[in-house]
Formats: sequence, structure tokens, C-alpha cells
Amino acid sequence: MSKASRSDAERPSRLAVRKTYKLFIGGAFPRSESGRSYVVSSTKGDFLANASRASRKDARDAVSAARKAFPGWSGATPYNRGQILYRIAEMLEGRRAQFVAELVEVGGLSAKKAGETVDAAVDRLVWYAGWSDKIGAVRGAANPVAGPYFNLSTPEPTGVVAVVAPEDPLLGLVSVVAPVVVTGNTCVVVASERFPLPSITLAEVLATSDLPGGVVNILTGRTAELAPGLAAHMDVNALDLTGVGDPELARRCEEEAAENLKRVLRPSTPDWTVEPDITRMTAFLETKTVWHPVGI
Amino acid sequence: MTTSLVDVASSDVTLRGFLHGLPGVDRVGADQRAAALATRSIKTTAKAQAIDLAISMVDLTTLEGSDTVGKVRAMCAKAIHPDPTDTSVPRVAAVCVYPDMVAHAVRALAGTGVKVASVATAFPSGRSSLAVKVADTTMAVEAGADEIDMVIDRGAFLSGDYTKVYDEIVAIKAACATAHLKVILETGELATYDNVRRASWLAMIAGADFIKTSTGKVAPAATLPVTLIMLEAVRDFRLRTGRMVGVKPAGGIRTTKDAVKNLVLVKETAGDDWLSPEWFRLGASSLLNDLLMQRQKLTTGRYAGPDYFTLD
Repeated sequence: MSKASRSDAERPSRLAVRKTYKLFIGGAFPRSESGRSYVVSSTKGDFLANASRASRKDARDAVSAARKAFPGWSGATPYNRGQILYRIAEMLEGRRAQFVAELVEVGGLSAKKAGETVDAAVDRLVWYAGWSDKIGAVRGAANPVAGPYFNLSTPEPTGVVAVVAPEDPLLGLVSVVAPVVVTGNTCVVVASERFPLPSITLAEVLATSDLPGGVVNILTGRTAELAPGLAAHMDVNALDLTGVGDPELARRCEEEAAENLKRVLRPSTPDWTVEPDITRMTAFLETKTVWHPVGI
Repeated sequence: MTTSLVDVASSDVTLRGFLHGLPGVDRVGADQRAAALATRSIKTTAKAQAIDLAISMVDLTTLEGSDTVGKVRAMCAKAIHPDPTDTSVPRVAAVCVYPDMVAHAVRALAGTGVKVASVATAFPSGRSSLAVKVADTTMAVEAGADEIDMVIDRGAFLSGDYTKVYDEIVAIKAACATAHLKVILETGELATYDNVRRASWLAMIAGADFIKTSTGKVAPAATLPVTLIMLEAVRDFRLRTGRMVGVKPAGGIRTTKDAVKNLVLVKETAGDDWLSPEWFRLGASSLLNDLLMQRQKLTTGRYAGPDYFTLD
């Protein structure tokens, strides 16, 4: 067929380029080592995508990555951590349209409601970013003691926190991750089992926000499969059970977590649209008190 | 290859002729063979056995300028009871220290069955006179070392002076008396797999009880293909002479997975006879903690954390 005779209608339609939803571990996007995936449907029941179904080994790798990132992240200045959180907010703002579209498609929200949710997520990040260099002043103290000593209490990050994220795929996720990392913890997040796709899109935002690899690791898959393993892991220091709906599973996770005395947060179902307080930050802080002789 | 190995070292010409007459190593083939064996999946009870075997094969090593008597004593305590909370964990094979630390290690390990190995011969470079190397060896042997890890003169080997390398090994072997001699080839500096094969045979002909890949001071250290070639060499050497020589990969083996890959390599290349601490060792320090963590994972079902094991 000559070039001239070919009309637009005859031209083959362009091949669709679809996104592969993978895990987010150590700053990279690997597939599950198990090779498994599961079907994610919209609230109307339409097929959306296959999401990676992380295995216990992926969870272990994510804990290793979080542990590796901990010294650098907890050692960074609070100012620096705040700047990076603010940067995440900037990147999220830049991708506002993408998130709105995704929330409409995945979560069945109206465009107006989705827009409000993305705005709230950006504002939430900015709110926590501001706390980075202030939480020390609020939770720390120069204690009066009967002797020639300075006695200073300062809040310190707990370490690696395993977070089971709530079903709200963007605002809920941001609301549980930001308070954990802003104080210097690193985390392994089990994303919402039902709405995993926006979590992985959020990982793309995190990966381009100067956040060091491994500070936030996001796994998608079955909560019941991943949460107990993380709760039992001896190298995890704290556990946030916000997203565990099943009380029996939550109880089992708490029992497993007792083995190495993890800090466990098991809140009642929160309303993410309400302005938060500092309890989510203080839940994963420990207080270090130092005595220092005066005049030396 | 009809020359008897007794005559091989009788002159420079015969030694060179023999070593250069060894079949060349197919580099791509060796890499592929090692990579293929490394994919084997070892799980549950087989993994538990492999971990215990690997622990019993570890040469727990500290070779730092900053070594102190206290550090050596602490390492010896760990060698006897790798996990103090679990008495079913086997002892390691040996501890490996510098010659001046041998006496302290011998005292700490008396009666436990854990051997004391000492590096010698101007470790790790080997750049000194034969007299100094022999004196270094004698010092370690007199202090009570059961095993001596010597380094070959890589400079002489690479410039083709095989007789010098051979004579040095023979002299150190004599200085060892009853102590076992491990010969470190430092494969990271030998450049080619052909050289690894030649150096392995050279060391074995000269009387090595063990051939060891590396000092741990040069990267790359013990890669799987290099260990494969050395295992082939000891297997062929036994077929030829009837004498068994051990193999010790050292350096760069950090995880349980690495250790298990090495064990698979031993079984498939040299055979079951080598699957014992008497004939195969793993030179390592950080590997032991990973083995213990994996062992604890198998016994308790929960992933272990490094907070619960000694820092070393």
C-alpha cells in the first residue's frame, strides 16, 4: 500500500501502555520475590490492575531496608527531615490531577470529593513537616534537679515501625506515614488491601522527593499474611495496627509483638478529615534523659 | 599427563611444563556452572542441616590492626558457644588470628576442640624474605597454632617464577611441623581462572593440606566460580595421587545463602567426602551472626534481629 493512500482510519490504533504496580522497597520498585499478584477491582467491580502480592520474604527485605536507612534518617537534622516532608507535599501537589483521577477511578469518589482528599493529604504533609523541629521543644524538657547538673530529656525515634495502613488509600496512608517518619523513624507499610494502587502511586512521589531509600517501604498484598510476620519480627521496634479491621488478627499481632516489647498503637477508627494532634508522633517516640555536670 | 607428580617439581622446566599443560578453564562455562548450582533451593530440614554444618565449618576470623587480647578472647568465647542461649548450636571449626595473638587464643580455647589457626608469612602481602616468613611461621607454631595460613608470593607467581613459589611453600610446610598448612592463593590478584587452577596444583604438589582463596584484604575475594575451580582441582588431585586436600573460601561470604551455595558447590564438585569441617572451611566473621539468625528463624518461626547477637 502506498503511503499516500493510507487514511487515518486504516492506521492501527496505538498500543496501550499500562502501569505495572510493584512494591516499594529500599527506594526501588521490585516485583514480589514470590512472583505473585492479585486482581484489584474498582468499587463498581471493574478490573483495574494486578497488584503485587508481597510475601513474608518481601516483608523481611523491607525491614532490612528500613533498618539500613535508620541511622542516616534519624541522624539527619529535624530541619532537614521537615524540608523533605515539605518536598513530598510539593511533589504530591504537582501530581494532583493524577491522584484525583485515580481516586475517582479506584475509590469511586466524585471528582470534587477526590480533589478535597488530595488537598487534605497535601495539607497533612505540610502540617507534620512543620512539627519536625518543634516536637523536641514540646516533648523534651530541661528538668529541674537538686544538684549541680543539667538534666535534659529529649524525644528520640523508636526505630523501625511496621505500619498497617487504613483503607483510605491516600489521606489515610499519608496520615499514618508522615507522623512516623517526621520524627526520624523508618517504616514498613502494609498498604490498604482493597485499594493498593494509589499507595504505589504515592511511592512514586516519595521516590522523587529526596527521601532516602528505605525510609518508607510500601508493600501491597494480604494484610492477614503480612501483619503477623511483621509483628513477630525481632528487628521491628514498633507496630501501628490502624488498618487491621479484624479484632482477632489485631489480638494475634499484639501477642506476637509482645515477644520483643514492641510499642503498639491500636487506635479506634479515626476520622482522617479531622485535623490531627501530636499523639501519632508521640506514640513512636522514646524519651532519653541525660545528666550533665554544670560548669564543665 | 604421564609424568609422576614426584618428578614435576624437579626442575623449573618440568614444573612450568606441568602447570601450563593443565587444561585451560572455560571462563564462561565455569561462571555458568557456579551460577546454575547457586540457584538450588535448600529449605526446612535440609536448610537446618546446612546451617549447622556451615557453623561447624566456620573459621572465625579477626585480622585487624586494631585487634586486642580482649577482642580475641571474646571471639574465642563466641567460637565455643556461638549462641549462648542455645546449647544445641555446634562449635565453630577454628579461630583465625595474627601470630602474636595465637598464645591468647590457645589459652582461651584449651580443651574445647576448637582449633587455632594463624596467618603467617608476612600476611597479607607476603612481601618479605623467606627467612622472615619462616620465622613468622615458627613463632605461630611455637605459640601453639594448629593450623598455619600462609600466602603465596603472587609477584613471583605472576612473573612465572613457579619454582620460587614452590620452594617457599615447601619451606613453610617444613616449618609447620605437625601444624596443618593452608595456602592462600589470593585469587583476586591472580587475574585469570587458568592461574587459579595452576596455583591450586602448585600448592598441592608442594604439600598444602588446604588451599584457601583469599586473604580477605583484596576484592574480589571468594567468588563462587573460583571456589568451583579449586574444588575441581582438589578432586582431580585426589584421583591422581590419592591424597585429599581441603578447600577454604574466605572473604566476602556474609550471608547464610552464600554459605549454602558453597556447600552445594562442594557436594556437586568434590563430593560428600569434603562435606566436613576437616576438609572444607568458611573463612568469615560476620557470616556467623547471619547463620545464627537464620537458625533462630527456623527454630522459633520469627525473624531474628541483630540486636540479639554479639557485635564483633
